[in-house]
Amino acid sequence: MKPNDRSLLAVAAILALLAAALPGDANAHIVKGEAVGFFSGFEHPISGLDHVIAMVAVGLWGAQLGMPAMWLLPVTFPLVMACGGFLGLIGFPLPGSEIAIALSGVCLGGAVLLELRPPLWAAGILVGIFGLFHGYAHGAELPPGQNALLYSLGFVLATGLLHATGIAIGLIHRWQWGRLALRGAGAFVLCGGMFFLWGALL
Amino acid sequence: MSTGMGPVFDGISHFGLSPEDFLPVVIFGLFAGLRGTAHSRLSLASVALFWFAGGMAAMTGFGLPDLALSSGTAALFMLIGILLAVNAPLPPGLCAGLGAGLGLIRGMADLSGVEQSVAHILSLLGMTASVFCVFAIAASLTIPLKRAWVIIAARVGGSWLAALGLLLAGWILRYGAFIR
Repeated sequence: MKPNDRSLLAVAAILALLAAALPGDANAHIVKGEAVGFFSGFEHPISGLDHVIAMVAVGLWGAQLGMPAMWLLPVTFPLVMACGGFLGLIGFPLPGSEIAIALSGVCLGGAVLLELRPPLWAAGILVGIFGLFHGYAHGAELPPGQNALLYSLGFVLATGLLHATGIAIGLIHRWQWGRLALRGAGAFVLCGGMFFLWGALL
Repeated sequence: MSTGMGPVFDGISHFGLSPEDFLPVVIFGLFAGLRGTAHSRLSLASVALFWFAGGMAAMTGFGLPDLALSSGTAALFMLIGILLAVNAPLPPGLCAGLGAGLGLIRGMADLSGVEQSVAHILSLLGMTASVFCVFAIAASLTIPLKRAWVIIAARVGGSWLAALGLLLAGWILRYGAFIR
């Protein structure tokens, strides 16, 4: 076995241990609206389609832009999103968050559709601003509960996995047909964003 | 936590089943490993020794209040996560100091409100041994890393821990201590 293969195996073993170490809360008697553990936190970011399309779009755009944006954007988004979550949790007023969330779908979808290639810092700032509003909305809605840590862990992990899904889909960018399909996915996100923007403005 | 196999195994399982203990040790191990062998060796010693010292301090009545332990844990999550995410060039001494802080806070949190007894000391020894082993494994994963994507994965993990720390900080400000 090569040293690299051993490292990969060891990483996989650590991840498996980590997954096994997460205590499974009993799913019986969960009161709706309570943060009871890992799965209720994990469910939170994936329960709203407006959040899902924007987070997947970050991954799509990152994959389209290539290295280092492919990993820098998905690192920026959860970090700034957590800042937004912090502001939401402490009750800091940030008006217009629903409109900004819908706009994130429009802008990120548009960027993927048009294959926009701004400087890395500009892409980072754009993604960061939207991440702040997404996090704020989640933070303001976070319910009291029994296990803050497991809830937050599920929440962050779900967000990261949505980006990873976007990146995985975006890897089709290396083929000619894939580029077209990716732009089509951008158009889908753009339409979704416009639908949610319509709802937020009404 | 009682495994039925004695206090040492109780301590080992407590560490393994507590993400608030397990996660920062893994992430800190990855960070120290990325920085090199000198950082890893010093930090390995400091994190394990201070974990034991923190636990002993808590058992002898020198622990910190729940709010301080919760806030310290959230702050350490943020600090360690950000350091790994940006792959910060920290000197070995500072890295070991950070390990000491992590060990002290988490050791105290684990044994807070526990009376001093032989069984609890053995349980703390089990935890300390787990900290030592998990840190050593995590650091040894990143010391010989050559593939860029594995380094990126480790740094992404750091950013997730920092995000977790920020959310916990917000949670503390809104709902109070999460360690009770």
